[in-house]
Amino acid sequence: MTGFTIAYTADVATDVAARVITNRVLSAHYNVLALSAPEIAAAAAPGQFVMIKAGRGCDPLLRRPFSIFELLRDDAGEPAGISILNKRIGASTGLIYEARPGHRVDCLGPLGRPFTVVEPPTAGWMVAGGVGLAPFAEVAAALRRRGVATVLFYGARSGAELFYLDFFRNLGVELVLSTEDGSIGERGRIVAPLERRLAAQPPGSSVMVYACGPEGMLAATAKTAARHGRPCQVSVERIMGCGLGGCYSCVVPMRTDEGGFHHVRSCLAGPVLPADRILWD
Amino acid sequence: MADLSVRIGALTLKNPLIAASGCFGYGVEYADLFDISTLGAVATKGLFLAEREGHPPPRIVETPAGMLNAIGLQGIGARRFVEEKLPELRALGATVIVNVCGTTLDEYAEVSRVVSDAEGVAAIELNISCPNIKEGGMQFGCSLAGTHDVVDAVRKVTRLPIIPKLTPNVTDVSAFARAAEEAGADAVSLVNTFLAMVIDVETRRPKISNVVGGLSGPAIRPIAVRMVYECAQAVKIPILGMGGIADARDALEFLIAGATAVQVGTANFADPFVWTKLLDGISDYLQRHRIARLADVIGTLDTGTEHAARIGS
Repeated sequence: MTGFTIAYTADVATDVAARVITNRVLSAHYNVLALSAPEIAAAAAPGQFVMIKAGRGCDPLLRRPFSIFELLRDDAGEPAGISILNKRIGASTGLIYEARPGHRVDCLGPLGRPFTVVEPPTAGWMVAGGVGLAPFAEVAAALRRRGVATVLFYGARSGAELFYLDFFRNLGVELVLSTEDGSIGERGRIVAPLERRLAAQPPGSSVMVYACGPEGMLAATAKTAARHGRPCQVSVERIMGCGLGGCYSCVVPMRTDEGGFHHVRSCLAGPVLPADRILWD
Repeated sequence: MADLSVRIGALTLKNPLIAASGCFGYGVEYADLFDISTLGAVATKGLFLAEREGHPPPRIVETPAGMLNAIGLQGIGARRFVEEKLPELRALGATVIVNVCGTTLDEYAEVSRVVSDAEGVAAIELNISCPNIKEGGMQFGCSLAGTHDVVDAVRKVTRLPIIPKLTPNVTDVSAFARAAEEAGADAVSLVNTFLAMVIDVETRRPKISNVVGGLSGPAIRPIAVRMVYECAQAVKIPILGMGGIADARDALEFLIAGATAVQVGTANFADPFVWTKLLDGISDYLQRHRIARLADVIGTLDTGTEHAARIGS
């Protein structure tokens, strides 16, 4: 046995020709696209993702995976849609950056396994790098609803690429920030303040570490958490062909109980995976 | 309502749409999304005797109107498939075509025996065309003798319909269809992917870990249609055509070129609900052309030679 049984989590997935409600440009590279998709919003859990086809026709051909950023509600408080945090890096993300209100994009979801949201007295520490902030708006909201002491460790290239800080502050989330250029927060990588905080944590306390971001940051976070004996869930990003378990492209090598490894499909078993089982090299 | 059923040897499919091997997991992955018994058939991921982990990621890269993959035939092996997946597929009512792989003739025969002994397998597709593994696969499918030998070895151990899946990475694919027919194959499926590569010029590294991979998607469709057409001229056994089918017109091209059924892979990644569109589009076409049976469309290409003869050119 591998220790990972694949649950077919697509039972509630819906494909919606989602209308773009708003496109909020955050910077020259980042935007937040709000999509009308009540069926997806009603079923989504923090950490799940959607597969979006940004254009029509053959180029780009495949959908791209996006973490669900915010769950949107209408005036009556009913689920109305989702937003995604997008970073423009290629053809699909370029189209999503440029999408106009009224446009429609095919949006399939919610997909994948969500984060496990802890209860007090366990503290919830979220570690985000760049666009890896995406799943944490809803994780933070869920943690704070339960009264969990919540910290966001959030790193980016520069202060201009740290977004939604007031959103997290207003939820009562403590912010620990870092930038590579030192323009806001500590200069350097976000794992450094995480490491110090973990080292200072009393042994009897309980902490769950959540992480999403670049591979190097995830690996460093996983190692730091393990060194301090803290459980850690990471949301991985892989090149994904279908999001439904059909193509086997999004695999992550994970340790088996027998000491070997198994390529796990991150669309079905993830995107949230236990950090201590991933083979990071 | 037109009759969409087609016959592959002794096997009757309720419609000509088959989920292509390697593009639909083991089928069960899609069961919560739609009723997979409504497909003509489901071709499973390729199975060796043993489990395989496949290639390290990255395993795919998108290309203009297509994609390149080198998964490396990750799979759970024939025995685990029979124990863990097949009962579920049977319960779902799926028509199951098992894609059989091997690194030796003995392995092809043994995997075929294992799946033939199980309940609920409709046919065997022989993977002699995977471009992404060092041993087996294309090593057999690129040799006429190898193609013959694999079919012959499997013919001896099963009564199920045998469908070798042919590679387009040869000079004359119709010669391979003939070799398969002569060895006792009940049908052939084609085309598997075209061996191809994509390079990141900034890093000068290949975009997938295996360096080379198989190209699929709409980009390859016209070549695949031509190859199906050539094979249809060369053999009497049914052809399962595939290569970049994304809508009903694409599927009809293959059928008119001579395919009895079609397989769809890459399009299912972009749109897992493509099947409804394909079936509705084909039904609509038959209605518009007042054709009662889909079988009457197969191999009906009009090359204009009669017309040309009439006008004396």
